[in-house]
Amino acid sequence: MMEDQEFVQEFLIESNENLTRLDGEMVELERRPDDHELLASVFRTVHTIKGTCGFLGFSRLEALAHVTEDILSDLRNGRRQLDTPLTSLILESVDAIKRILRSIETASTEGEPFESELIPRLQQARDGATAAPPAAAPGTAVAEPPAAAEPASSAKGAVADSNLRVDVGLLDRLMNLVGELVLTRNQLVQYNAARDDSSLNAISQRLNLITTELQEGVMKTRMQPIGLVWNKLPRVVRDLSTALGKEIALEMDGSDTELDRTILEAIKDPLTHIVRNSCDHGIETPAGRLARGKPVKGRLALSAFHKGGHVNIEIGDDGGGIDPARVKAKAVERNLVSAGQAERLSDAEAVNLVFLPGFSTAPMVTNISGRGVGMDVVKTHIERIGGTVVLSSQTGRGTVVSVKIPLTLAIIPGLVVSAGGERFVIPQMNLHELIRVEGENIQSRIEYIHSTPVFRRRETLLPLTDLSRILGLAPDRRPDEISIVVLQVDQHRFGLIVDSISDSQEIVVKPLALQFKGLNGYAGATIMGDGRIALILDVPGIGQMSGMLAGAGQQTPAAAVASHGGQSGDRRRSLLLFRAGSFGRLAMPLSQVARLEKIAASSVERAAGRPVVQYRGRILPLLSVAEFLGSAGAAEEDLLHVIIYRNGASELGLVVDEIIDAVEEAVTNRHGCGSSGLLASAVVAGKITDFLDLNAVASRACSTDPESLHRLEAALAGSRTLAEEVPA
Amino acid sequence: MSPVCQYATFRVGGHCLAIPVLDVQEVLRGQRLTPVPLAPHAVTGLINLRGQIVPALEMRRLLDLPPRDGELDPLSVVVRTEHGAVSLQVDEIGDVLELDGSTFELPPQNVDPHLRSRLVGVHKLKGRLLLVLDIRRTVDLNA
Repeated sequence: MMEDQEFVQEFLIESNENLTRLDGEMVELERRPDDHELLASVFRTVHTIKGTCGFLGFSRLEALAHVTEDILSDLRNGRRQLDTPLTSLILESVDAIKRILRSIETASTEGEPFESELIPRLQQARDGATAAPPAAAPGTAVAEPPAAAEPASSAKGAVADSNLRVDVGLLDRLMNLVGELVLTRNQLVQYNAARDDSSLNAISQRLNLITTELQEGVMKTRMQPIGLVWNKLPRVVRDLSTALGKEIALEMDGSDTELDRTILEAIKDPLTHIVRNSCDHGIETPAGRLARGKPVKGRLALSAFHKGGHVNIEIGDDGGGIDPARVKAKAVERNLVSAGQAERLSDAEAVNLVFLPGFSTAPMVTNISGRGVGMDVVKTHIERIGGTVVLSSQTGRGTVVSVKIPLTLAIIPGLVVSAGGERFVIPQMNLHELIRVEGENIQSRIEYIHSTPVFRRRETLLPLTDLSRILGLAPDRRPDEISIVVLQVDQHRFGLIVDSISDSQEIVVKPLALQFKGLNGYAGATIMGDGRIALILDVPGIGQMSGMLAGAGQQTPAAAVASHGGQSGDRRRSLLLFRAGSFGRLAMPLSQVARLEKIAASSVERAAGRPVVQYRGRILPLLSVAEFLGSAGAAEEDLLHVIIYRNGASELGLVVDEIIDAVEEAVTNRHGCGSSGLLASAVVAGKITDFLDLNAVASRACSTDPESLHRLEAALAGSRTLAEEVPA
Repeated sequence: MSPVCQYATFRVGGHCLAIPVLDVQEVLRGQRLTPVPLAPHAVTGLINLRGQIVPALEMRRLLDLPPRDGELDPLSVVVRTEHGAVSLQVDEIGDVLELDGSTFELPPQNVDPHLRSRLVGVHKLKGRLLLVLDIRRTVDLNA
């Protein structure tokens, strides 16, 4: 319904513009009846109105435009000549069209019929072809007054008047200028802060306010609803489902979510591609769906919403999901990863292999997708505009592609830090938390695992890296103070030690020149308040350079795998070691650990028959690792050791007997492991250690878990994952 | 006979270099440089040119010449390239010369390949040789 109204609005704006021009053109045409271009333009206008109003269901308007078009068509074909009575008649018809349009605009209906007398005259004029139509007496033909007079006054501030078409290039230039103004503002504010001048202060404050408002205003002019891109998807899905013999219902939620037009432009193709993929590879054929006990009609759900300064777009289907084993096999077959690497990947990591260049899962290349431009292009396009894309899939249940993109590219909030005497800006998007450690024995607060510094942050170990060291600069910091910026990339968090943290400000992103193409650490540069330049850090790049996120982007396939997978086999990995039941030494990646907690056994409650605890305002499901591995649990204790394991948006509490240690180790001598629930065994810190299969843990938690708990949790958390809405 | 061309000339470590005057946007002195850690060797940093961020390339490093004397303040020759302005750090600015093809010759084969790849050719002037730079290749550090 909403969309219809938008259509009508657009139709009104466009028609009114065209009709205004039409008046002039008709008059001109009367003087120069042989001007074919003019005639063609008039014909086009009326033709467009006829077409659109037919589509929108305005039948009277359509009838009127239709006869008029017929007459114009005859004129165009040279079957008759334009004379004054005919011109008047056409103008009269144009006025009638305008009158109906106004009625649609004010009352959303075509209004009282008034053209019952006009249409026969038009028809007569049309059918009477060569004969001059005497019926259309000159007296009645001057039809201005009845049509235009009365509604015109009431329709003040109509859409046609309050909307203006603006050249996009002009908007872009305006945006650039606003960027410059923001910089100048920042300079003035800084200049002002350095002196004590109350009148300058007042001016500066005023300028500050105006600039902010102007910036928001100009930004708004460039915002367009994502619906503009989505509008063409129903057609895409319809065509695809027909071609593939599938039944697919497309649902769209949040189509009024607005984004900057450059971003909208940039996500158009990736989004269409994801949708095509879902239709082609995701949703099964009706027969396949029936066999799996699903409704015949597949669901494809798009949702868009603003969250934390970003636009989140989710494309979910209730299809077959992605089979991690098949993806791994394919990736190995295509030489994108080695067999060993593939084996080590978790299921969640494996499905994200589809983003590797050169990957295509379709067993058969169809003409719909799988034409070589695959999900890697989607990922590249989205990352180019500073966004992220993550795929999550449950075999047999469906796939959700989550895209997260910034609202705008030109001006972003950033945190200014310094390292080695230089200033750098960290985009707010990647910022998670700031930590400042002060005091005498700060060095002891930073602990080392092997040679890697870590920091105990609320009972979790935060791996650290030093910005000065990464960039090869000499640190310039006070001995009694450490500033840590906690950064987040996808699921990974790490701490960046900087010399000092200044403030956060709006910065204007300027791209770096070609000469810096090979540098991963920078996202661009900006001009600071004092006129000097500061580099904008590319957080994923920095993480990668520090080895914190092993590899990323478009390097070697192996490195790319590692970036999706989090760890690559040859690198050191941070592991949490713990004990559960008869398993004396278990390990899981530290990156998957959200927190470590001790929970009183008495606080464990039951929800839908499963143990849960109330934790930080939500319900945390618990899973005993010993039970999961089929071992007898240790004696009941008063205090439970719980590893909060984060899997995507949901958290799960793993109950273990004891936390042994956190280590960073190059894992050697792996070998596969027959027992279920374990991934492999390996030597860690000189001892045999079993690796817990977290995906098995997660799926166990879900499979034995009735949907209700999940939904409850979702409702409590206010989270919205499509997977949860998929009918079982 | 090729048509007459106007060249802006400058000195870098004893060499006399030239670029078409129309490629030069402006010449600046005493620009504040913001270093870019880990950048390619030839890049000395970034310059704020009236709100435009422009990379600065040290010609001495580009041409494999010894570093400039500490006291000598480099000059910035800002050139226009297809990918935006780039500043070339040079020792000294010379005159604008108007030359035709009669003194022109391609760079000799045995010139240091580092330099040769960045030259269009040589003008044989009285008492000195004027090396004409290929701007596009000069600013392309991957070449």
